[in-house]
Amino acid sequence: MAHAHKLEIFRGLWKFKNNTQKIWGVLAFLTFITAIEVILGIIKPESLTGTSVLGMKLLNWIFIILTLVKAYYIAWDFMHLRDEKSAFRRAIVWTPIFLVLYLTFILLTEADYIYNVYKDGFVTWNF
Amino acid sequence: MSTTVTTGTEENVWNGGSHQPLGASYGKMMMWFFLVSDALTFSGFLAAYGFSRFKFIETWPIADEVFTHVPFTHGSYPMIYVALMTFILIMSSVTMVLAVDAGHKMQKNKVIWYMFLTVIGGAIFVGSQAWEWNTFIKGDKGALETKGGRILQFVKADTGERAALSDFAVAIPGERAEHQSKNGVWFYGEGSLPSYTVNEVVKGFKANSNILVRTETINEKGHKTLLSREESLAKLKSATQVVEGANLIHNEYGSRLFADFFFFITGFHGFHVLSGVIINLIIFFNVVLGTYERRGHYEMVEKVGLYWHFVDLVWVFVFTFFYLV
Repeated sequence: MAHAHKLEIFRGLWKFKNNTQKIWGVLAFLTFITAIEVILGIIKPESLTGTSVLGMKLLNWIFIILTLVKAYYIAWDFMHLRDEKSAFRRAIVWTPIFLVLYLTFILLTEADYIYNVYKDGFVTWNF
Repeated sequence: MSTTVTTGTEENVWNGGSHQPLGASYGKMMMWFFLVSDALTFSGFLAAYGFSRFKFIETWPIADEVFTHVPFTHGSYPMIYVALMTFILIMSSVTMVLAVDAGHKMQKNKVIWYMFLTVIGGAIFVGSQAWEWNTFIKGDKGALETKGGRILQFVKADTGERAALSDFAVAIPGERAEHQSKNGVWFYGEGSLPSYTVNEVVKGFKANSNILVRTETINEKGHKTLLSREESLAKLKSATQVVEGANLIHNEYGSRLFADFFFFITGFHGFHVLSGVIINLIIFFNVVLGTYERRGHYEMVEKVGLYWHFVDLVWVFVFTFFYLV
């Protein structure tokens, strides 16, 4: 087995001398992102909770995007997807992404519809 | 005849010659395909959570107000403990990937130490989750449940802090005692009664003008709605029982679906962590015994590593959707 590791992250912006150093670098980055999430979660800035983008608070969009960033670096560097053949990587990554987007879209749209039925219709949950 | 040959190639199940499809060994590829299917299972759970949440978007509990405890301390520290748990799990992911890296270089002692640290990290995480469950089940301040299954919580009017039932409820002598099997039909059991009855809470509420009722409805500012004194008294008439803590049927924090999904999703994840710890432990002993040294490569460490990172990956999403969003 050949173990050639690609030793740069952020599209070559941050290069490492060896694999061990890359691991610690990725840990630092993941910790940094988690810290941002926690701080935002505690402060909940008015400007971010007040603004709504595509039916969801801007703050929640930021959380979801930061989560996907974290997931990317866990999969690419800790699980070595960066070093796998691109066809293998795509088969693993795009299959769930497609199915999950589909399922989430359908379930959330349906849930929003039910919410409106409870709100404007004749069904009450508070009697 | 000596036929015991142990070489590095014997466990390669691909039989099409030396060429491996997609450059991955059989074991690694199958681990990845398992992880993809497991990821879809978790996605199904989280999407179902999203469904229920969007359905009751106006009354869903606010996670910051539910998970506020840190072990060995009092007071309210939202997010802190779960952030620490997240960090512990990421840290154990790092020691795992360091073990894989040491395995590639055939450094047995380093693999042993890193595997050991990974197991410890995983055990601490499972313990933390058990503590979190215990705190959630025991409950915090207590609440009333109405005829329609809605939750009424209490707030101190002057400070705006949550009021616990014990802060204002008055004991009424002669209220119903817990049913014990020795006093009646022996097979009619009864779980422990809440500390107060509805009458005791209502009487205490009337006697203390500083207490207001808080409903589940979230107002446009993102806070739960506070009722006035008169509205509160009117609302209390529909209360049917006292709820302390959370289980699958009642939940003092608000929507019972929140508790159901909390138990189900973090439970399923915790089960993954537990099995991950056990698998890591088995591989740890194999490393100590020198199995992979004799096999000539540490690919097995890499495969369990994939599973372990996956557990971490799932937690990143659970953390976001249960505690942040």
